[in-house]
Amino acid sequence: MPNRVRQSPDDATARPRVGLLVTCLVDLFRPAVGFAAVRLLEDAGCVVDVPAVQTCCGQPAYNGGDSGNARAIAKRTIEAFEPFDYVVAPSGSCAGMLREHYPRLFPTGAGWHGRAQALAERTHELVSFLADVLGVREVAARFEADATYHDSCSGLREMGVRGQPRRLLASVGGLTVAEMRDSDACCGFGGTFCVKYPEISTRLVDEKCAKILATGAGVLLGGDLGCLMNIAGRLARESHPVRVFHVAEVLAGTAGRGIGERGR
Amino acid sequence: MKSAAHDFPSRARAGLQNPDLVRAMARARTGFIDKRRAAVDALPEYPQLRRIAREIKEHTLQHLDYYLERFEARVREHGGHVHWASTPAEAQAIVLDVCRAAGAKRITKGKSMVGEEIALNEALEAAGFEPIETDLGEYIIQLANEPPSHIIAPAIHKTRDQIADLFHARHAQYGLHERRTEPTALVGEARTVLREKFQTADVGITGANFLVAETGSSVIVTNEGNGDLTNTLPRVHVVTAGIEKVVPTLEDMSTILRVLARNATGQEASAYTTLSSGPRRAGDLDGPGEYHVVLLDNGRSQMLGNEFHEMLRCIRCGACMNHCPVYHAVGGHAYGWVYVGPMGSVLTPLMVGLDEARDLPNACTLNGRCREVCPMEIPLSDMIRKLREREFDERLTPPRTRLGLRAWAFAARRPALYRFVTSLAMRVLGLLGRRRGRLRRLPLAGGWTGTRDLPAPAGETFMAAWAKRRVEKR
Ligand code: SF4
Repeated sequence: MPNRVRQSPDDATARPRVGLLVTCLVDLFRPAVGFAAVRLLEDAGCVVDVPAVQTCCGQPAYNGGDSGNARAIAKRTIEAFEPFDYVVAPSGSCAGMLREHYPRLFPTGAGWHGRAQALAERTHELVSFLADVLGVREVAARFEADATYHDSCSGLREMGVRGQPRRLLASVGGLTVAEMRDSDACCGFGGTFCVKYPEISTRLVDEKCAKILATGAGVLLGGDLGCLMNIAGRLARESHPVRVFHVAEVLAGTAGRGIGERGR
Repeated sequence: MKSAAHDFPSRARAGLQNPDLVRAMARARTGFIDKRRAAVDALPEYPQLRRIAREIKEHTLQHLDYYLERFEARVREHGGHVHWASTPAEAQAIVLDVCRAAGAKRITKGKSMVGEEIALNEALEAAGFEPIETDLGEYIIQLANEPPSHIIAPAIHKTRDQIADLFHARHAQYGLHERRTEPTALVGEARTVLREKFQTADVGITGANFLVAETGSSVIVTNEGNGDLTNTLPRVHVVTAGIEKVVPTLEDMSTILRVLARNATGQEASAYTTLSSGPRRAGDLDGPGEYHVVLLDNGRSQMLGNEFHEMLRCIRCGACMNHCPVYHAVGGHAYGWVYVGPMGSVLTPLMVGLDEARDLPNACTLNGRCREVCPMEIPLSDMIRKLREREFDERLTPPRTRLGLRAWAFAARRPALYRFVTSLAMRVLGLLGRRRGRLRRLPLAGGWTGTRDLPAPAGETFMAAWAKRRVEKR
């Protein structure tokens, strides 16, 4: 495989050990994204494990103002992932939670702050990890489609994900990616925001859908399942036949059933 | 102005459903965003400039008492008066006293957000004065009897047609009977009406974009020149300003000005930058006989010492609201008070009370675009999150949300329980959605399924499938 880090496969000690932060949405709603992430990481030469004690990164509590629970969940997650060389999540928002926000949950100087900081420095969003840390330049996948790409807010602004997915997608056989206007505008998901203020959220996702449709693309790709479920759910409700996938599924060559599609 | 921030949900709904607002906001949004982008891109040293501007503000805030005292001393040296007001009521009283002492009747006003903060028009009218807004946008909303919906462009929510109707209805009293629709004609009409007011005003009240400690000057930037007529023609000039407006030197002011104009309107510089440093001196051709500066605290000094102190760097450029998707969707009136958009969602709760404005910090997707564009690098999303924490701690979060959050967190802290509950739930959802691949309705999830389908889960969770894979691999 072209993107495999050149090391003998049984030389497991020299290979980076990655703890996969599956994220709660991928765990519950779309395991295929998790398996795509595992495949991409393994193909790139990593040893991947999935700590069984992980649940959720704690964003609902943190963004809901419940810092006590956020702190408790953060401690669990830190403990679970400390043994790994890297923590990788197929989500800019969950990776951003570990990298940007975990350290802030603990007072500077405290033991937990140091541990959070150390973990933060080893935490990455999946696609930028592949591109920036592992140096993956291309993938072997094929996917026949005209697609457009939505930049999720946390991935873009907290984790600096922008060019990496586009460059890797450019190596996918049969795929073209057209830019939508304001690809970096929020889709209106915002975690619990979308159910607390459904009307505002719907207006935002409608604007996003209009920009997607204006490209004429048949497929929408993105790096955060929350945004993708929001957009896919609205597109489906309005009967627009745009198919929606997580970028990892396309890069891994495992994209089958789109988000919200019936089994075929 | 009196806060209606507690009404956010219904005001937001009204905004969302107002087709004129949708049209006005769509036009304004692209205008502001594109112009700012071009102005910032055209200046290679912008990042440095922004950093320096931020440092100037930060430095000043660290020594705020020193610079304010210096400013006060300079104004006094020039024969002006400085008044300190800790609350809006105090500020109102001071301004009213000055107007009464001057025997004033007609009062012209330049655009001032602090003026709105202390509800000056209402107070002046109640006391029998005739306040007239002279900034075109402010003039329009004063005629319409509406609050501003944007801190730079207060009438941004109005379409041209609405303005034409408004002028047509309200200008007949001046003998202007034709309904005009061309922007230049509308501006000309407002000019005609305002000219007479300028000439006959007794007191002029302006805000301040800066107070310069070195020279004792108050500075306003405008594009219409109305500010100059407001502060030079009447007998008395009153400035109302927040205490955070002070900067050390003229040089500092000009640095921040360059950042302000680009971010506010996409200009390199605003058309007029006017410095007022005191009453008319012997030999001056014009200028007011009296000069007063009212410095308003209203919660600012408290912010100085707490986790919100960075908010005091705000230069009121409006970039955060211009890039806020929620602001675009609901419009400025939804926020229910002077300050709107992201900066309003932080300032309003701090100034009128978190219980009054509890929705504002919640009605935010935390997308971070405001912080990205804010020239003062104010971490708006972080502050919004901190306000949510306060709400949670003070039990202002609605009980249902609290309970849901608690129950969820209880499980999330216990992996075995979490696994059990979620795999069961996902199995059920998976079955329900198997035929269509998505769910159109779901009890307790109306917030989602009211307008969106819910993509159905696979049925088996990743963690369960992974555990199986590991067993097979062995
Ligand atoms: S918060 Fe920042 S972007 Fe918003 S008005 Fe203030 S300075 Fe401008």
